[in-house]
Amino acid sequence: MHIMEGYLPPVHAVAWGAACLPFLALGVRRLTRVVERHPEARLELAASGAFAFVLSALKLPSVTGSCSHPTGVGLGAVLMGPAPMAVLGAIVLLFQALLLAHGGLTTLGANVFSMAIAGPWVSWAVFRGAGAAGASRGLAVFLAAMLGNLATYGVTALQLALAFPDPVSGVAGGLVKFLGVFALTQVPLAVVEGLLTVVALNVLAPMPALAREGR
Amino acid sequence: MGRNVALVLGAAALVAAPLVLPATGGLDEPFSGTDNKAANLIAEQHPDYRPWAQSLWKPPSPEIESLLFALQAAIGAGVLGYIAGYRRGRNAGRRDGDARD
Repeated sequence: MHIMEGYLPPVHAVAWGAACLPFLALGVRRLTRVVERHPEARLELAASGAFAFVLSALKLPSVTGSCSHPTGVGLGAVLMGPAPMAVLGAIVLLFQALLLAHGGLTTLGANVFSMAIAGPWVSWAVFRGAGAAGASRGLAVFLAAMLGNLATYGVTALQLALAFPDPVSGVAGGLVKFLGVFALTQVPLAVVEGLLTVVALNVLAPMPALAREGR
Repeated sequence: MGRNVALVLGAAALVAAPLVLPATGGLDEPFSGTDNKAANLIAEQHPDYRPWAQSLWKPPSPEIESLLFALQAAIGAGVLGYIAGYRRGRNAGRRDGDARD
């Protein structure tokens, strides 16, 4: 799940926030352009945001005996490309930080980077790669959403490892430990997210071919 | 449509399985959040670290928290349902139009 309020040292918090800024700026630009040129794409936009809203509200049990939640950002990345999801994901994270004490304002930058930037970009790359490799649309969407979810939590583990390296084995050791907390828990949840994203796309289809226009 | 139902059932089975599997039965804190587990790990390995910020506002009870999480999901689901219905209706209208031509 998201990094809790106050759990990143100030320097790390600011650095991750700064790393998000260019992606957020690009996202805002893409969003305005998409809405201007394709007014009908506002539906895709709303669907992508709504899907992330639903899925990130669902804390699910996993085989490790921990709970975590899907991110829901893979759908939007496949529909509209990854850039707009930085903005939509940031809105979801802000809502959760302010109203649910889930995540936080000081860790918002790091959480936006993992869930709203790394996740969608990985999803999008996997979707394009799987499509190019001849996978069916359903399989490509499944892989995209699943691996995007895993990437989000992989980045979260890395962020924590950089801030809290293992006293003996350093950042690498810390990474292994934080991956131990997040990664295994996340595997079945990532599969769930992949399945639900395929269903969402089936139900919302036929979608205009926005994702293929290269934007 | 049958395929979607099968996919949703598969997802539901994956979510339900940990609740009935014996492997997760003997845990101290069954099904706590990974964010808490990460915080515990930090406290264990870096006992000097003190979180330097607190949430501005916290839901005053687990009931209120679940209300807000449910509200978040409900808003999203409402929007998704509206869009799915809108598209379905519009496609149905288009097919009717084709049939009359």
